[in-house]
Amino acid sequence: MSIKVENLSFSYGEKEVLKDVSFQAEYGQFLSVLGPNGVGKSTLFRCMLGLLKPTAGGTYIDGKSTADMTASQLSHHMAYIPQSHNPVFNYSVFDMVLMGTTGKMGNFSAPGKEQIRAAEKALARLGISHLRDRGYANISGGERQLALIARALVQDAKILIMDEPSSALDYGNRMRVMQTVKSLTKEGYTVIQSTHDPDQAFLYSDRVLAIHGGRVLAYGEPKETICDQLISTLYGVEVEVCSLYEDRMRVCVPANIGQ
Amino acid sequence: MNQKKQHMSYPLILTVMGILLIMSIIGSVVLGRYPIAFKELVGIVASQFMEIEAWWTPTQASLLLNHRLPRILLACMVGCCLASAGASYQGVFQNPMAAPDILGASNGAAFGAALAILLGGSSTMVIVAAFASSMITVGMVLFVGNRAKGKRVIGLILAGIMISSLVSSGTSFIKLVADPDDQLPAITYWLMGSLNGTDPGDVKFALIPMAIGTIPLFLLRWRINLLTLGDEEAQTMGINAKRLRVIVIFCSTLITAASVAVSGVIGWVGLVIPHLARRLVGNNYRYLMPASMLLGAIFLLLVDDLSRNLLMTEIPIGILTSFIGAPFFIYLITKDGERY
Repeated sequence: MSIKVENLSFSYGEKEVLKDVSFQAEYGQFLSVLGPNGVGKSTLFRCMLGLLKPTAGGTYIDGKSTADMTASQLSHHMAYIPQSHNPVFNYSVFDMVLMGTTGKMGNFSAPGKEQIRAAEKALARLGISHLRDRGYANISGGERQLALIARALVQDAKILIMDEPSSALDYGNRMRVMQTVKSLTKEGYTVIQSTHDPDQAFLYSDRVLAIHGGRVLAYGEPKETICDQLISTLYGVEVEVCSLYEDRMRVCVPANIGQ
Repeated sequence: MNQKKQHMSYPLILTVMGILLIMSIIGSVVLGRYPIAFKELVGIVASQFMEIEAWWTPTQASLLLNHRLPRILLACMVGCCLASAGASYQGVFQNPMAAPDILGASNGAAFGAALAILLGGSSTMVIVAAFASSMITVGMVLFVGNRAKGKRVIGLILAGIMISSLVSSGTSFIKLVADPDDQLPAITYWLMGSLNGTDPGDVKFALIPMAIGTIPLFLLRWRINLLTLGDEEAQTMGINAKRLRVIVIFCSTLITAASVAVSGVIGWVGLVIPHLARRLVGNNYRYLMPASMLLGAIFLLLVDDLSRNLLMTEIPIGILTSFIGAPFFIYLITKDGERY
């Protein structure tokens, strides 16, 4: 499934947050939305998910505008994976995952055998079946993030939108979560993540969308998009983009560090 | 760490609660100053549907059908409604401390009842005034809360606190000007909450709003889970969060207003019972809602039994629920053993 954002603008009252944002992500692609905190990444996601109404432009899924879709219809196409959070009431991991099935049910229905099987499958797919009966609040941040991904999988939407999935995790969990997400793109999921870390964009994504002051600063393949100049504009720091393993990999390091 | 496997399964726990409720109802009929044995209970109830020769006295039949049974039914209904309203409010406000009076339903009802007593209204008029005033108060809270800047849920809670306080100062004023010989004691007694003097008409009055409120809450209970995660997350999972919250608030308010109107202010049930239920069946509303309903009914019925049998005179049930509820709540929050 492809998702296309066209000339999307959004303002909170007088304050313009997003201006003319356009990009698209194709079937099986991994897109990173790169930019410092407070630049409008979350607002962009909220507009795409139908939580905010853009002041101009819109989002199209396979060419169809999402503006007139109900929450239920949208949820069949797009799943949102928030940062691992701590809800007010402690649910079992299994119940948390099972909640993802709600969008395809009638108003008065509760999950039945079919939904329970789907939830069990998703837990197994992410390798967290052993957490099934644990409390969601009692597991680690990385495990919670995996549980939320499992919840998005049972929602059965092919576009996954992830808000800074790696930011609250430690090094090992970050790698585990991101590699799992990357493997999902091979199964046909389109993944859009926001990140403030250019190395995360280099490591996993097929496309990068750099946002600066609510506008698109650059959009394209990571190697062609992320350069010293871009990082300096985005974050106000001097870096050097270094190439590793015959340019199969690139990383950003602070400028002058090697001298 | 608690593992689910060591527990009784949740449907089984609900079945046990159902059986306990039926046993409590039968036990409550037998309990009382004027004796009615189980044998008579069966006979009198059966005689309503078929012709049988009476082995009971007419006094027993009249007492059971006009006083004891309505009172028992009403205790169950009010307990069920207050507990399910409490559980629902806790979900929509994402706040474990929410109780049925969070939006001013109780204070609003109290004002209406006090006003009706002041104006010399009949007992039916007191009930109607309490119900109407309760609904109007919550309506005002919603009106103000939706206009508050910032987070919607916080705005509603703050509006609830403000309007409640405003309305209860109105009640205080009525108490001040009320006739201290008969009106003031009547108002004070009403405020303490009591099921004394329940007649079949009260049951009929409460039944319709209670049914209109509890049935949707019961049917929508799985979706309330999603609301506890916040509107945005719920919305992205495919539910219309705003609409669902309005429905849940409306239903909860309706059953709270109906309960307070017929029974007066009965505190703690709506807070303690959902928490007890959370301990027994976890936070999933699929089981939490029926567990709260059943436990609420059992709890209020048993407390009402105490209220009419403990001393020679009636103890207002609102006093007893606080006496029992507050220490029990302290026990619940300090005891380990969370379930999910």
